[in-house]
Amino acid sequence: MMTALSAAQLAVPYLIAGVLFIMSLGGLSTQESARRGNLYGIIGMFIAIVATFLHADVDINTLLIGSVAVGGVIGAVMAARVVMTGMPQLVAILHSFVGLAAVLVGISTYITLFAEGDFDTVHGIEVWLGVAIGAITFTGSVIAWAKLRGSMSGTPLLLPGRHFLNLAMLLATIGLAVPFLGAEASADGLIYLYIMTGVTCLMGVHLVMAIGGADMPVVVSLLNSYSGWAAAASGFLLSNNALIITGALVGSSGAILSYIMCEAMNRSIWNVVFGGFGTDSGGAPAPAAEGAQGEVTEIDTSSCANELLAAKRVIIVPGYGMAVARAQHMVNDLTRILRDQDIEVRYAIHPVAGRLPGHMNVLLAEAGVPYDIVLEMEEINDDFPKTDVVLVIGANDIVNPGAQTDTSSPIYGMPVLEAWKSGMVVIFKRGMGAGYAGVANPLFFHENSRMLFGNAGDTIAQLVSNLREG
Amino acid sequence: MRVGIPTEVHPGEQRVAATPDTVRKLIKLGFEVSIQSGAGEGAKLTDEAYSDAGATVVSEVDALWRDSDIVLKVRSPETDPADGTDECNRLREGGWLISLIQPATNGPLVERLSTRKATVIALDQIPRISRAQKMDVLSSMANIAGYRAVIEAANHFGSFFSGQITAAGRTRPAQVMVIGAGVAGLAAIAAARGLGAEVRAFDVRLAAKEQVESLGARFLELEFPADEGGETAGGYAKIMSKEFIDAEMALFAEQAKEVDIIITTALIPGKKAPVLITKEMVDSMKRGSIVVDLAAEQGGNCGYTQPDRAIEVNGVTVLGYTDLTSRLATQSSQLFGSNLVNLLSDMTTDGVCAIDLEDEVVRKSLVLRDGVVTWPPPPDPLKAVAPPPTDEVPKPAPVETPAPKVDSKPSNMPSFVGALLGLGAIYVGLGDKGDFVAQLTVFVLACFVGWQVVWNVTAALHTPLMSVTNAISGIIIVGGMMQAGNASADQLAQILGAVAILVASINIAGGFLVTHRMLAMFRK
Repeated sequence: MMTALSAAQLAVPYLIAGVLFIMSLGGLSTQESARRGNLYGIIGMFIAIVATFLHADVDINTLLIGSVAVGGVIGAVMAARVVMTGMPQLVAILHSFVGLAAVLVGISTYITLFAEGDFDTVHGIEVWLGVAIGAITFTGSVIAWAKLRGSMSGTPLLLPGRHFLNLAMLLATIGLAVPFLGAEASADGLIYLYIMTGVTCLMGVHLVMAIGGADMPVVVSLLNSYSGWAAAASGFLLSNNALIITGALVGSSGAILSYIMCEAMNRSIWNVVFGGFGTDSGGAPAPAAEGAQGEVTEIDTSSCANELLAAKRVIIVPGYGMAVARAQHMVNDLTRILRDQDIEVRYAIHPVAGRLPGHMNVLLAEAGVPYDIVLEMEEINDDFPKTDVVLVIGANDIVNPGAQTDTSSPIYGMPVLEAWKSGMVVIFKRGMGAGYAGVANPLFFHENSRMLFGNAGDTIAQLVSNLREG
Repeated sequence: MRVGIPTEVHPGEQRVAATPDTVRKLIKLGFEVSIQSGAGEGAKLTDEAYSDAGATVVSEVDALWRDSDIVLKVRSPETDPADGTDECNRLREGGWLISLIQPATNGPLVERLSTRKATVIALDQIPRISRAQKMDVLSSMANIAGYRAVIEAANHFGSFFSGQITAAGRTRPAQVMVIGAGVAGLAAIAAARGLGAEVRAFDVRLAAKEQVESLGARFLELEFPADEGGETAGGYAKIMSKEFIDAEMALFAEQAKEVDIIITTALIPGKKAPVLITKEMVDSMKRGSIVVDLAAEQGGNCGYTQPDRAIEVNGVTVLGYTDLTSRLATQSSQLFGSNLVNLLSDMTTDGVCAIDLEDEVVRKSLVLRDGVVTWPPPPDPLKAVAPPPTDEVPKPAPVETPAPKVDSKPSNMPSFVGALLGLGAIYVGLGDKGDFVAQLTVFVLACFVGWQVVWNVTAALHTPLMSVTNAISGIIIVGGMMQAGNASADQLAQILGAVAILVASINIAGGFLVTHRMLAMFRK
């Protein structure tokens, strides 16, 4: 058995773990190196945990081992069971665990520090910050999880005076810090800490309740960021570099993802978090763009199959509807049949398609679609004019030409996939409903657009069988 | 309701108003369909094909007309040369007729139909609004005529259309000029380009420039103050001023000497077609050149044009065929039939086909209702609102797509760092904790590294990125272990620490495993 390590000696394995985490994220830059990246992450985590076990102050007891074992088993079972369409929920609930852990670590460290007489103002602020951010992350993520799961309605809950409410809670959080820092006994301080935890928990609930279901990609990445900052705050508290580095990495990562998502919707982060988007059109009818009225032309699956077989280049634009209908496997069958006929099939992925950054890529990968034909918006947008048939499966706002032409449109300026420039667009849709943004889509009325109504799973299955016959 | 499709009686007319394919669609809409035996012969469609599609084949022409509620035709009714009967008299009293009518110039015909108490829809009167494009037979037929004009020209032309370099020497590409870039003109441009010719085109409407260029042809422009938009509210060319016409004619005279083939498609609705290629211009053309005049039926755009004939003057062939669509009868019938299906489909609700005067398309094209003349329709008070029709080529506005700035890192980085440093200064001022500055350094550097590293993550892996960051943020387990493993700590602190370990372990195991699962799926 190795001898126990001192705090200074521990700094080395923690630094190594931090570097490995950086390499882990670095590995994700390409699909080829991604698996290696995950392995680096696992090694880093292993080193950090073993080093902590060897810490002089840590006694290995049943409580400790038991918690690790139980938690590990639960996590493994969750990871093994989750279906790929359920990834957004899993990610959201994992964020809540980080938040919860940050709250618990903050409170318990406070108790210990106070008991050992090491408590001072700096530590106090670190505890306060860690617990506050952790609590918001915790409850916010639980709400995001419930909304993504569908166990809670996706429509934003907009309380009257909600901005005032948020401000009041924020001020309370800051104000309560004063008596907390001045508390003479840990029991007194704990009371303020508990109250503040309650307030910030409420704040997390209230903030996320006010955000619509389709904005969850931004919310989830924002919470990802928060969970990182919470971890970093705990790292300061514990003077632990591994935690600080990891927290900073995760915090930056979430911030970047939120930024990318907002950019892709041409909205600011404030608009997403405080805007209550998708509700303004509730009172007045959605401002249907001129030229958007008109007739749609329907198509049936057999004609669509003929169009596909006659085409040379096909682009598939998947959206959240494909995930809901769990149609990705059928779509892959379709792709294979067409590729066997020497028809070029590619996928165009809009940054905000789905309910999680990169969600569509994961679903398509699950179904076995080769990743080199799955392209990002900037890579493929110029190719639409050369494309014969575009299949839009369960997507709406991300192919809305109004975003480029109609200055009165709420989504004006949002970068969109220019599907309408192709020879023919076939839109798989359940009905004529507007998209999440509540905006009429002039694409449906284009003369080269064809509507294929029905559940995407059924219509694509039908289309695949038509293609097999034909 | 029963739809009847008679054989076209006009001499040389090969088209038919329905094909087996459109018959199937009509039946799907809830109609019964009868077709005259041999109606599809000109379009190479057999009676068997029609009956397989579900139509009743009727050999007796009078029976077909008599038993049909709606008669679908291509050409307007005329005297059947076979037995001298006027087709109007074959129409059942109170029956419906949908065909080309040209009510402006066919007054007597409208009167004859009126005595039959007929309800008549004139396909040529369907308004040019975007909703009605799918029923616009004029566009469908113009498209075909434009294509066929090029084929006819190629047939009479003594050389290749495309330029080739062969062992026997080099051939130059044929030079084609298309006048009028409407549907027919654009179709002709596309067909000539497809054969490899070099194409230039002219249109009085400057808006046509973009469409011409999109097909790979050169747009000829006049040296002329361009304050005249040559477009009427209905989307057709209007008559231009004298100065403009002079400039235009000078351009054509100059072009005629250069080009091998001229295809003219200039029509002004309800007026005689303007003569744009004078006899002198034709005389100045190279021997072996071709002029195809698509306006021959309305007098012709070329001074030499004789309708329905191919003539040769000074070695230049002038084609005045008016039956170009009939020469492509299978395709014409299919498009014509589809336009009709789209029209009937719009008029049918719940299996009942009815005249709805509120429907702009029906109101504009309705000539007779139960024998009462309803044409011309009342002027549309909302005329100004109607968007200019876009012909066949959609023109998505070339809007600059705001490119997402994925490559360039956002510029709020400095302010972000500034905020951190400011925060750091406050902390330092609060107390002189030895390690604090060192920790802050680590934190800021890690933020920088994270910022750089994460921007390099490919968008396809953003979900795995989130799950792996989930896993590594489970490092907070270390904090829990410090508490739970601290034997001297408060019992509450130990328990809270243990719970923290529990949830953090879920993250670590769940995050890494699910990332592994996802990454294993990405295959090339």
